[in-house]
Amino acid sequence: MSDKQSRGASVDSGTKQVGASKATLNRRKFLGDTLKTACGAGLLGLGMGTYSRQVESTPAWVIRPPGALPESEFSGACIRCGLCVRDCPYDMLRLAELGEQVAFGTPYFIARDKPCEMCEDIPCVAACPTNALSHELEVIEDARMGLAVLIDQEECIAFQGLRCEVCFNVCPVQGDAITIEMQHNRRSGKHALFIPVVHSDACTGCGKCEKACILEEAAIKVLPMELAKGLVGEHYRFGWKQKQVAGKSLVTPDVEHRYNLPEGVSYDFNEGGLKLPPGSSQEAKASDETPFSSNPLDSLKKLQNQESK
Amino acid sequence: MMTAQKKHVVGQQANEKKGWLRAHKWLLLRRVSQLSILALFLAGPLFGVWIVQGNMASSLTLDILPLSDPYVMLQALMAGNLPVTEGLIGVVIVLAFYLLIGGRVYCSWVCPVNIVTDMAAWVRRKLGLKVSSPFSRSTRYWLLGLTLILPLITGAIVWELFNPVSLMFRGIIFGMGWAWMVIIAIFVFDVFISQRGWCGHLCPVGAFYSLLGKKSLIRVSASERDQCDDCNDCFIICPEPKVIRPALKGADKGIGPMIDEINCTNCGRCIDICDENVFSFTSRFKS
Repeated sequence: MSDKQSRGASVDSGTKQVGASKATLNRRKFLGDTLKTACGAGLLGLGMGTYSRQVESTPAWVIRPPGALPESEFSGACIRCGLCVRDCPYDMLRLAELGEQVAFGTPYFIARDKPCEMCEDIPCVAACPTNALSHELEVIEDARMGLAVLIDQEECIAFQGLRCEVCFNVCPVQGDAITIEMQHNRRSGKHALFIPVVHSDACTGCGKCEKACILEEAAIKVLPMELAKGLVGEHYRFGWKQKQVAGKSLVTPDVEHRYNLPEGVSYDFNEGGLKLPPGSSQEAKASDETPFSSNPLDSLKKLQNQESK
Repeated sequence: MMTAQKKHVVGQQANEKKGWLRAHKWLLLRRVSQLSILALFLAGPLFGVWIVQGNMASSLTLDILPLSDPYVMLQALMAGNLPVTEGLIGVVIVLAFYLLIGGRVYCSWVCPVNIVTDMAAWVRRKLGLKVSSPFSRSTRYWLLGLTLILPLITGAIVWELFNPVSLMFRGIIFGMGWAWMVIIAIFVFDVFISQRGWCGHLCPVGAFYSLLGKKSLIRVSASERDQCDDCNDCFIICPEPKVIRPALKGADKGIGPMIDEINCTNCGRCIDICDENVFSFTSRFKS
């Protein structure tokens, strides 16, 4: 029935149907084309989006200018205009070209080639039109471009007992960012090792130390913060710090450590080590002599006496 | 023999009637404009004469005038980043300029990729290639949408990793790397794969600026359209041929002679190529 009806209707309105079918064809073509373009754009977007995530994994030797946001935010804020590059008075910044391992068009520097000179007025940050280099950075010493790490303690010649300290001497935050700590030289037994130690609370990551390192390949390198820094669990409490804050020990009772020493003798590391009772200076002097007899038979007799007991 | 003599060569009539120079007036002026802008940016790095710093994304002229590309800034905004004051001022100035002068003036008077695609179109004409574009001219608006949604999803300005427009400009000023491959790719694409493929169908930068210039003041008008001798040269030379027909042939439908289409780039090639002087630049108020 319905078939007959529709056939009848199509005969009735022949010309009307031709127009209608043309309209459906057009609509179909329009919908098809739109769908095709939308899917094409979608696929393209998928590819571009995925690639952009990959690009954010910047190599560790890439250092962003001072004040740069963390990499994931930086890629959404930097418009790649190059104004920071132009305003750097030392020409150490460059924009990544296509084909480099760095996100195309973004600014960076390589510490070993040309480190940051840490200008007081921070012109690169002032030039940035988007806060990709955060304008909240007003004092260059607060910059954290990365963190210097004495990464190869086998090659660093300070660990061989040689005096170098070049990294310490070129450091713009000298004495705070890098200090020299003395250690016992176990190889010679009688010298000190002058070990450079980096402190993250002062190091700006400018890269001067890496540039100046006298080795063929620098032993001290500026690494991205997230690579260089560890983080202790938030639940950790250090007893001695808590004690300082509270003014008293939080563990009761606070048992004082006791050394197993002869009567009258005491030991305190911070107060010169071993303390003998007063009036024992004579004994101490006498004990300077070797406790063993020059005659080997004496010690043999001593042993026999002990056994007979 | 007769047919060979009568074979129509695009622009021949205009060359004969107006002389080569006048038949290429606007083209030459556009090239001067495009190359001068590049030269201003290049004077610093090449000769140490710092007139303009930065690139098209954001620049500083004579240390006081900030200019910023609203399209890039919009992408950054979609990624959740507001510009600082200088950046904002720069955006406002550029927006105002293109709103008044015509959005796609950017394409034909500023963009360096236009030189490449114009060259590709010229090669196509010389080779007589007839393959047309497999893309719809609305594809660019889909891509524009895409480039604005991607920052929202990923938090990164994704398009600027690919954008051939900023890539070419930045490449010339800051170093090409492999960027010249992309430029050659666009040339080959336009010549052999898709007629006016990049600028006329795909480029989201052009799409963005076309929307800006919806109500711009300076327009091309077919003011002497009754003089048209149907030689078809303007349709062949125009990068957006669809924009011409309503203005040129719409007299009986009551459509004004002004080309009121967002995709007209104000390139002025129709004015150059017409030996009957049908077209001219005019302002919106005049018509």
